[in-house]
Amino acid sequence: MIAEAGHYALVLALGLALIQSTVPILGARWGDAALMNVARSTALAQLVFTLASFLALITLHVTSDFSVVNVFENSHSMKPLIYKITGVWGNHEGSMLLWVSILALFGGLVAAFGNNLPLSLRAHVLAVQAWVASAFYLFILMTSNPFLRIINPPLEGRDLNPVLQDPGLAVHPPMLYLGYVGFSISFSFAIAALLEGRIDAAWARWVRPWTLLAWIFLTLGIAMGSYWAYYELGWGGWWFWDPVENASLMPWLAGTALLHSAVVMEKRNALKVWTILLSILTFSLSLLGTFLVRSGVLTSVHAFASDPKRGVFILLILCIFIGGSLTLYAWRASALKQGGLFAPISREGALVLNNLFLTTACATVFVGTLYPLALEVTTGQKISVGAPFFNLTFAPLFVPLMLAVPFGPLLAWKRGDLLGAAQRLFAAGVAALVAIAVLWAWTWGGSTLAPLAIGLAVFVVAGALSDLAERTGLFRVPFGTAVRRARGLPRSSWGTVFAHAGVGIALMGIVCETTWNSEYIGSMKTNDVAHVAGYALKFDGLTQRQGPNFQEVAAQFEVSLDGKWLSTMKPSKRSFTTRGSTITEAALLTRGASQLYISLGDIAADGTIAVRIYHKPMVLLIWFGPVLMAFGGMLSLSDRRLRVGAPKPARVPRSLQPAE
Amino acid sequence: MTRKQRRLTIIGGSLTVLAVAVALVLNAMRGSIVFFSTPVMVSEEHIPPGKRFRLGGLVEKGSLVHGDNLAVAFKVGDGSATLPVTYKGILPDLFREGQGVVAEGALDASGVFRADTVLAKHDETYMPKEVADALKKQGHWKDDYGEKSHTTEAQAGPSTSGVSGATQGVSQ
Repeated sequence: MIAEAGHYALVLALGLALIQSTVPILGARWGDAALMNVARSTALAQLVFTLASFLALITLHVTSDFSVVNVFENSHSMKPLIYKITGVWGNHEGSMLLWVSILALFGGLVAAFGNNLPLSLRAHVLAVQAWVASAFYLFILMTSNPFLRIINPPLEGRDLNPVLQDPGLAVHPPMLYLGYVGFSISFSFAIAALLEGRIDAAWARWVRPWTLLAWIFLTLGIAMGSYWAYYELGWGGWWFWDPVENASLMPWLAGTALLHSAVVMEKRNALKVWTILLSILTFSLSLLGTFLVRSGVLTSVHAFASDPKRGVFILLILCIFIGGSLTLYAWRASALKQGGLFAPISREGALVLNNLFLTTACATVFVGTLYPLALEVTTGQKISVGAPFFNLTFAPLFVPLMLAVPFGPLLAWKRGDLLGAAQRLFAAGVAALVAIAVLWAWTWGGSTLAPLAIGLAVFVVAGALSDLAERTGLFRVPFGTAVRRARGLPRSSWGTVFAHAGVGIALMGIVCETTWNSEYIGSMKTNDVAHVAGYALKFDGLTQRQGPNFQEVAAQFEVSLDGKWLSTMKPSKRSFTTRGSTITEAALLTRGASQLYISLGDIAADGTIAVRIYHKPMVLLIWFGPVLMAFGGMLSLSDRRLRVGAPKPARVPRSLQPAE
Repeated sequence: MTRKQRRLTIIGGSLTVLAVAVALVLNAMRGSIVFFSTPVMVSEEHIPPGKRFRLGGLVEKGSLVHGDNLAVAFKVGDGSATLPVTYKGILPDLFREGQGVVAEGALDASGVFRADTVLAKHDETYMPKEVADALKKQGHWKDDYGEKSHTTEAQAGPSTSGVSGATQGVSQ
């Protein structure tokens, strides 16, 4: 009954989306306010029905109704409640339902909070949202219905893939989807602007916070996924340049560029046409990511052919939306008026440079991800493009970008003073050089590149702090005045500082972890001691434990440093009876920002274990950086200027605007 | 600067960055791309020792030998040829005799494949697609594999996670 209700709610949502995608556009054509207002109510109703459908699927999973195929294939009555819930989106059908639920959520939010938008703009935006929604409802209903029943219901389910039975699944996919799908808003605004042939003042003010919101979620989602892979896959890597990861990195890079170009558009009314294009590209890359992950094309182009219905359908959606929007762009973009002028050396110029490098870096990731697919389709030859490719292309493009990051916020709008900015960055430069010199002396004979990279990271962080010092007049005015000024700074300025510092901190973590990580691989008997990076790890023996739906063998390690006992670590192996598969649960010990990491290999009959122990210096900075970036984003989002959202009253003098 | 000059500066700058990126991509394409082979392709193509490639096939039954200190040796076959493989380190959870495997490394002078990475997928019915395709082509495809891998498609797919779904063993 619940399954049928969920299915029915989804069909109703499709019906509403179809109305929402046509009627408001006609209303806007005819100037009929009543028809345009249809968009608002349908968007809200659509949200209600989609959520009902999603809740129905959750209920089915929680109550372990194995007469539903989706529940049977991905659940088990003994599974802990949290994994029964998260298991809903741990499979294809459920995760597509989550995708459309989030899409409906964003549509509903625009409808609910868009009262101060011009009526025709709102009608157009919601209609475009509904086009996307209709396509995905159709996709779910026709190829991936999660509510299908089995004629002879089995008594027990097949259980969820053990790798996915982890709290990470509760957070990572929803975050990632909030990011992916959040970019649909800026896409809809872009298409609406092209349809209307003009960009109002409300446009940039609306697009920027929504892009920022999506970007925050995507940043956190990617970081979270990376940390999850790090501790769950058991071999200590945190980024594999796997196509699935690249699929989320590409929208992030484009989204970061969009975020910056939207600033130019909002402040200076320039780069309009480019911002529109970036909005389209960012969401197109989100759709591409969905396609890559969902179609099975990644494991092989033949996997795509073996289940063509889904793949072809989603490819069709991809072609229609990307092709259609780019065609519309080519046709209408010239109708949009170009905005303000600026010199190449200026804040705008710096942001253009940022966009240039981010989009180029994004393009290299795109090539590296899709080239193997293209080659296999055309010649049948199979290749793998891995980390070496991306290290040789992505990294060199990021170096000049990182060098430029501290300069950007210090340049004035319209016409900047590069020499002045360089002078103000003198302290940051000195800090970077000192860091390089100290590291070189300390790691004499080691890597030459790593200290340089750390120096670059220090430059970025110190540059962000210099920007703050410059704005508050720290060291030039009395301390009390500086603090007062710091309090008075707009939150978006603070956001810039945190986000840019976060980039530097992540880079530090990445360089430290890849250069100075040490590992021990070997077999150990009870009471053997392994030495890694000054730590002594004594193997104390194995213990057995029965979990809810698995059996666990844990190895106990006593960790000590210089003869002093620190902690006990318990890496384990879990065997899941239903699927007959075993997974390794790594044990982590955090010391400052560094971590010790133990992962188990084979366990022999005589109690000898194969182990891999890593010491990963500063590894936590890799994820702390993105968290700082996201925090910066949130600060900026909470800025009064963005919260108000209404077009600015004309009489506020321009000179009182905080420079940023 | 006139509007035109400004525009030219920006376009010139963009083209420079793009040209650099293209050069980087082409350079990386030459050096860092790894091809996929099966044992029979290795025996036919005479891959020079030291050239990295990915080897895929089935782990021959009864060929796995554990040496000292995590050294392992096994044979990878595709029905018509086999190739001895050595590896030092921890094998992925799902590494089993008779199962599909993909190893990355290079041949040494004596014709033994020295792997530094061994991949297996987190699903016990999974067989790496590259292996399945290669076996199909040579007519060694077992139908039950086809069915199994088909039913597990849904589970092999949902890496919404960013967790790639593949486990890897990496040696020093």
